[in-house]
Amino acid sequence: QTPDPAITELQDWASYLGAGVDETPYGLPISFESDVIRRNVEWLTASPISSINFTPIHALEGTITPQGCAFERHHSGAIELHKDDYRLMINGLVERPLVFTYEDLERLPRENHVYFCECAANTGMEWAGAQLNGVQFTHGMIHNMEYTGVPLRTLLKEAGADISLDKWVYVEGADASSNGRSIPMEKALDDVLVAFKANGEALRMEHGYPVRLVVPGWEGNLWVKWLRRIEITDRAVESREETSKYTDVYEDGVARKWTWVMDAKSVITSPSPQMPITHGAGPMVISGLAWSGHGQITRVDVSKDGGITWETARLGKQGDTKALTRFYLDTEWDGAPMLLQARAMDDTGYVQPTKEQLREQRGENAVYHNNCIQTWYVDVEGKAENVEVS
Amino acid sequence: NEVVQALQDRLTTVEANLAAAASQIGSVAEPAPLKADTYQIGRLALSEEIAAWDVDVLPDGRGLPVGSGDVFTGEEVFADQCAACHGDFAEGVDNWPVLAGGFDTLADEDPIKTVGSYWPHLSTVWDYINRSMPFGAAGTLTADETYAIVAYILYSNDMVDDDFVLSQENFADFEMHNKDGFVLDDRAETEYAAWRTEPCMKNCKEEVEVTMRSVFLVETPPEGGSNSVMNSATIDGLPSFSATGPAFIPAATVAPKAPAATKAIVEEVSAEDQEAQLIDDGKKVFKKCRACHEVGEGAKNGSGPHLNGIVGRTMGSVDGFKYSKVFAAALDDGLVWDDEALASFLEKPKSYMKGTKMAFSGLKKASDQQAVIEYLRTFGE
Repeated sequence: QTPDPAITELQDWASYLGAGVDETPYGLPISFESDVIRRNVEWLTASPISSINFTPIHALEGTITPQGCAFERHHSGAIELHKDDYRLMINGLVERPLVFTYEDLERLPRENHVYFCECAANTGMEWAGAQLNGVQFTHGMIHNMEYTGVPLRTLLKEAGADISLDKWVYVEGADASSNGRSIPMEKALDDVLVAFKANGEALRMEHGYPVRLVVPGWEGNLWVKWLRRIEITDRAVESREETSKYTDVYEDGVARKWTWVMDAKSVITSPSPQMPITHGAGPMVISGLAWSGHGQITRVDVSKDGGITWETARLGKQGDTKALTRFYLDTEWDGAPMLLQARAMDDTGYVQPTKEQLREQRGENAVYHNNCIQTWYVDVEGKAENVEVS
Repeated sequence: NEVVQALQDRLTTVEANLAAAASQIGSVAEPAPLKADTYQIGRLALSEEIAAWDVDVLPDGRGLPVGSGDVFTGEEVFADQCAACHGDFAEGVDNWPVLAGGFDTLADEDPIKTVGSYWPHLSTVWDYINRSMPFGAAGTLTADETYAIVAYILYSNDMVDDDFVLSQENFADFEMHNKDGFVLDDRAETEYAAWRTEPCMKNCKEEVEVTMRSVFLVETPPEGGSNSVMNSATIDGLPSFSATGPAFIPAATVAPKAPAATKAIVEEVSAEDQEAQLIDDGKKVFKKCRACHEVGEGAKNGSGPHLNGIVGRTMGSVDGFKYSKVFAAALDDGLVWDDEALASFLEKPKSYMKGTKMAFSGLKKASDQQAVIEYLRTFGE
């Protein structure tokens, strides 16, 4: 073996000086990581303004999603709304209809929580079969951040809202799509946050700066961005986003509505089509993410043979409720082909279903809420491909 | 072995401590307090403000303003405001939503979910158009225009005749085709009960085969986005799996030859691009210089003089810098830093300017010298 010149030769960076402290007052990732970015699939939507892109979950580790690469979904584009111009109205069945400024919100007691936000359509393309080859595209409509915000119940109390459990809380955004959704009072009083920070800093424009709603464990469409109005109503508004969209058509043509909770789900992020095994046989780490809108992830099993045999993975950390949990299978690859799968369980005892189980229940046209077990075929070269198995 | 044992002991202790901590931690996060009365934060909303923002319409028609619109007017407004995306007959253009037709397709393989075939409430149509449409000019329609557009959409779905007039008065009478097509989320009964079981770990199936491969391969170009390319691979030649592993181990496919792309990359590059590239390279090379030399706005002398305006300047002429004798002499002789002089100096400073204090050993590559000179040229006096 010849000596490694990376070691034996004096390298530029070991000799000359690096960048000064103020070269990038707000940093971006180093240029070598420039492929770790959100990506869209052009043909999915009519216009990039009303569209979605995908988090590069194949290349991320741990559980927190950096805001800069967390997926975006807009219905009429991301808007620039200054804090000074921000107003939040509470009206409807309240004793005192109120208007809050951004400053007002920062004066109320606040909480911090890590939660995942998953689009109801995540993995939706896979209902009819294995479509796009990449976990970024099959599972990337998800991010996981630490939110800082005021509990919605605090604002409801401030306005003297009618909080009887047959009432609804209609929430609406300030952008041109005016996305509005109805939330049952029980959830509104439980864990919903009116959030103004994520991962310690202000929300990004694309995630609803300056204020968005956080609806833990429930589909992303309810997490209204640029939140401008909260109305207490005696029935669901049944807006466009809760009737014509975000409803699940089953095989008989009947649609399920108010399917808010995101059930337990997991996926192996590496190896995966964008993260092939490049080191050959030997020790390796199979890494992935698991989450449940019902609560905590308690266990993840991994199969290398398409579901014949399962091994229980190691959780990176005891799962937070309604947040991403990292799992690892520290294992040895013998160089033979594999059919990799992961299967999550949550603290309600729910076990992530196979595609077959889901299709038996719902057919192939539901679009939303596909939490099936995903399979990657890993070939002898270590390349991985999105497949379906018997 | 002692080391291993010590590590093992340490791990056991860590695990024991963790378990002890976990059993003691009750509630990790305390919820934010709720005041018994109120915080008196926020001000009362005025009725004009509520009227401006609270415009949503409920399924029973509450929230509708006074107004009306007929099918003919609707057709005109629709052609003007909506047809670019939704088509003259609400049939949808490109990927934009189809608004008409699709009746009785909901149980088909590809259901067509339109206002006519799918939407359960007419209120939703009015509410959505009023608040969110037209795309890119939301909130600009009058109430009458909105009534007219809704009337036209109903007509395009064959749900009303061409003399139909929609208003807040007859709105609640209208029943949508799919009003009974929705049931409440029943996953708890149909799925959760059955799926909350201890999962199988061994011999869960006898044999597993790949039944479908990815329809698209996805390229992820450096400039962003993605390109989907049809996957021509079939399931032929893939092994089936049993409890003993794959039925056979396929031969590794021969790695494809390195793409001819390397050639293509050397395509013609414009002069401006080359120039920009050179300056960019120079910026990187200059990292070797900046311990002593500053450039740009506010550049000051350090161990070396600042280098703003260096290209074309008389040697040894920066105010306030204490030069070595050799540069003082160069100043007296009126020598100038032209490209050639700079390149020679940069190559081997100590031989070009014998006696210079500059400790730098030099840039061996002519391309590096050139790049730095181009970079420096971008900084004037």
